[in-house]
Amino acid sequence: MVTDLFAYEFLRNAVFASLLASIACGIIGSYVVVNKIGFISGGIAHTAFGGIGLGYYLGINPLFGVIPFSLFAAVAIGLLSRKARVAEDTAIGAFWAVGMAAGVILIGLTPGYAPNLFSYLFGNILTVPADDLRMIFILDLCIAALTWLFSKEFLAISFDEEYAEVSGVKTTLFYLLLLCLIALTVVILMRVVGIVLVIALLTIPAAIARLFSRSLGAMMLLATILSALFSLAGLWISYQLDLASGAAIIVLAGSVFLLVHMARFVIASVRGR
Amino acid sequence: MNHEVIRCEGLCVELGGAAVLRDLSFSVDEGEFLAVVGPNGGGKTTLLRVLLGLQKPSSGSVSVFGAQPGNSPGRTGYVPQRLFFDRDFPLGVMDAVLMGRIALKTPFQRYSKADREAAGEALRTVGLSSLANRRIGALSGGELQRTLIARALAGKPELLLLDEPTASVDPEMKTTIYDLLDRLRKSMTILLVTHDTGTVSRFVSRVLCLNCGMVQREAPSSRPDGQAIEQAYPYKVDLLVHHADRGRKPTSKS
Repeated sequence: MVTDLFAYEFLRNAVFASLLASIACGIIGSYVVVNKIGFISGGIAHTAFGGIGLGYYLGINPLFGVIPFSLFAAVAIGLLSRKARVAEDTAIGAFWAVGMAAGVILIGLTPGYAPNLFSYLFGNILTVPADDLRMIFILDLCIAALTWLFSKEFLAISFDEEYAEVSGVKTTLFYLLLLCLIALTVVILMRVVGIVLVIALLTIPAAIARLFSRSLGAMMLLATILSALFSLAGLWISYQLDLASGAAIIVLAGSVFLLVHMARFVIASVRGR
Repeated sequence: MNHEVIRCEGLCVELGGAAVLRDLSFSVDEGEFLAVVGPNGGGKTTLLRVLLGLQKPSSGSVSVFGAQPGNSPGRTGYVPQRLFFDRDFPLGVMDAVLMGRIALKTPFQRYSKADREAAGEALRTVGLSSLANRRIGALSGGELQRTLIARALAGKPELLLLDEPTASVDPEMKTTIYDLLDRLRKSMTILLVTHDTGTVSRFVSRVLCLNCGMVQREAPSSRPDGQAIEQAYPYKVDLLVHHADRGRKPTSKS
């Protein structure tokens, strides 16, 4: 594969996309895990399918449909659950299904056949064009910059939101901003593993990293490295065995997650004796 | 000259239709060490939430430092009762204490050397300097409580609000925490919510008994009057009886 890497542009793009996606995944995944908002992230991801439908319908790059759509979903789910006293899981569930339904309708209204719909649902990193790579890079920069700027606010609302509120931090505003960053991460990861599988890549590397980290920054770094390893190794496995790349990445990540927890359990019970 | 730090007048709070605080009036002067006691469900934590600006009063007025509660975060330190936090949260003690400085910063600022020094000093004050790098999930109950006090102290507050600081610690640690507060009272006003009426009496300057009306309702024959309370407690007591049954003020909605 290493020689092929230099021979084929699509493989190079796939590797770059994996590495760039891992940065967003490590940073934002860590917030998702410590805030326990995995299912909000899943809701945003599935609502984003409506954006793909919109992109097809308007005849533009579906990514341009997804970005506003997923940002809207993030703000709407956040506001509904915080302000309108709608139970959070109700808001997530409603948006999750309605977003997908809107996507199906819009694609149905679009004349002709929607060619790579499957790749948005389950990812196909081998078909990432250079244009999307540039967009992923810009989104990565936005995510990293905003996280760096507001790291103390994000840490404060993640650890003890009431204390942050009492300290004069605009907690709802920063919570919504965090959800928007999740939405942008979803857009990036959609290319790698697809809408349906996004939630695993947002949570698994960060959940493993948390076990070995003493600070949120260390957790982000380790989660980024793990995510890159999973993506590249999954890509390699899928290339060798001719499997779907997104699914291979997720199954690999999930297996490692399971193994780490089994190892911890075994070590703890041996020590406990 | 005594400045007034807190003033409540006719404060009423309703939660889900039930009156939690009724017609409560009191004030706290600068330099006081006030304990708020009362039965569970008596509205102690609600009172703190009102003073922090987390809970809006249904009627009546409250001012903290002469302004609406919550408008002077940099001058108020808050120690929550028990933090329901994730023990797996990747956070060191020092970083947790640093969060006490956030009220003094604007969103784009990062924690500076001065912030780290203030946090280090707060850790020394509570006697936890040696644990600065410990992961917060590895602390004992007493260490966690002192970390939360250090977080509040890091912002160098003028008013310190504590919610049951000794609720989940052993008796020895309880004395340590009260000794600590006894030292702190020289430099700040302290309002402490507790149901521990025994130990607290040796340290505080004044006790405010909340919602004795609830006791009254349960046993109307043994209604505490001012004299009985004063005999029972060897210090100055503000008796705030809530006239739950008599509805003294027809204007208050219930």
